[in-house]
Amino acid sequence: MEVLKVENLIVGKESSPVIEKLSFSVAKGETLAIIGPNGAGKTTLFKALLGLTPYSGTITWAPNTKIGYVPQRMEIETDVPLTVEEFFRLRGKVATPEKIREILNYVQLDTPILKAGFGEISVGQRQRILVGWSILDNPTVLLFDEPTADVDIYGQESIYKMISHLHETLGLTVLLISHDLSIVYQYANNVMCLNHQQVCYGIPDEILKAEHLQTLYGGERGFYAHNHMGHTNHNHSTS
Amino acid sequence: MTLDLTFFQILITAVFVAASASLLGSFVILKRMALVGDALSHVALPGIALGLAFHVNPFIGAFTTLFLAVVGIWVLKYQTELPVDTLVGIFFTASLALGILFIPEHELLEALFGDIGTLGLMESIMSVLLSVGIIGSLIAIHKKLALSMLSDELAHSVGINNRKLDLVYLLIFALSIALGIRFVGALLMGSLVIIPAAAAKNISRSLHGFMTTSVLFGVLSAGGGVILSQILDVAPGPLFILTSTVLFILSLILRKLNQ
Repeated sequence: MEVLKVENLIVGKESSPVIEKLSFSVAKGETLAIIGPNGAGKTTLFKALLGLTPYSGTITWAPNTKIGYVPQRMEIETDVPLTVEEFFRLRGKVATPEKIREILNYVQLDTPILKAGFGEISVGQRQRILVGWSILDNPTVLLFDEPTADVDIYGQESIYKMISHLHETLGLTVLLISHDLSIVYQYANNVMCLNHQQVCYGIPDEILKAEHLQTLYGGERGFYAHNHMGHTNHNHSTS
Repeated sequence: MTLDLTFFQILITAVFVAASASLLGSFVILKRMALVGDALSHVALPGIALGLAFHVNPFIGAFTTLFLAVVGIWVLKYQTELPVDTLVGIFFTASLALGILFIPEHELLEALFGDIGTLGLMESIMSVLLSVGIIGSLIAIHKKLALSMLSDELAHSVGINNRKLDLVYLLIFALSIALGIRFVGALLMGSLVIIPAAAAKNISRSLHGFMTTSVLFGVLSAGGGVILSQILDVAPGPLFILTSTVLFILSLILRKLNQ
């Protein structure tokens, strides 16, 4: 069953569109990774999917789709007068104390963090809080815009493990923007390469081959296509 | 010093107007639009001039021009890609100049610096009621407002209509400025909104603490300003600003000590 169908999507000025004639669809329970160089239109695509930017073409969500969204980063002053608990409570009635505790358990944080300032906690912790915040109202689809952009390597791995765990336990459909191809290998069912238009689409094994990446990233290929190229027996959780 | 009915009437009005303005101020600070807010408050001046020229209550005149200005900002912000800050800085300061030219000289001082002593009983009651209305509306929408100010994308993703919310916020802003004009005048009105909130931010870690402290500082400054003005026999407006500035300096010291 399709959760999302995008047809002929165009975003941006006619003379230099950010996204050009993009069509794709996402099945229920799928994890679709969207990769592409900086400025390729990945975040813009998410903004169009969320209805935050004008577009032409059609974006159709399945009826009763509830979207949770985790932004790439949140520009926040370190002294913003807001506690983590208050940040959850900005959601209103759905953020009951029990639900907040349940969510903290999901994102593997301890309850004392609720009293901390939202601007004081580490970037990794804040990303976890944002992930938790996005699943507060039981969404059916999650949009992750490079959820680990500013997080160190160990933090990144545990955030992805957490997302993968959420995907499995809550049966969510996930759309994920990522720069890190090893993440895509481990967690995605399908990959879409975006550079203003769709450059390639398919399962990670097929797509992350050298020639596709060369088309997508040009000279940057060597940097991205690291140790996975030599492996043959990955566990690609494409169940 | 004589403590008569008028004194209490002024005190109560000032306290309510300051409470609503400083609660609004906590969101102005959160939205990081302190300077825009200050420039915007100058738009009241040509409104006061029009009010005087057409013999209507200056509050109505001030609210009318402020209303037009906030709707103008709102339209500019969402319909064009022009940098709103620059336009606000230019046009609203120009409107201050216009106001100065057209307000008769003997009324100018009051329009610029306010004089709450000239407030009638009916006006006082209206000011208190409108202030209570502003406080109630802000409390009702404070979660949505804070979320939208932190991240409009997140707010949108949970179904908040940012545009509509922004318009409501700007209208509350216009009403609050128009109310405070009689107290501190068009020139100092920005400070009535901003200083108590800026002081509160120095010592608050939570949103509710921030909002409460901001109102508390506003009320203390208003009370202090009115009482001092009675003792020193000068206008309360400038004394309000000075009292709140002292509170701001104290909060800054407290913040440094806590670090």
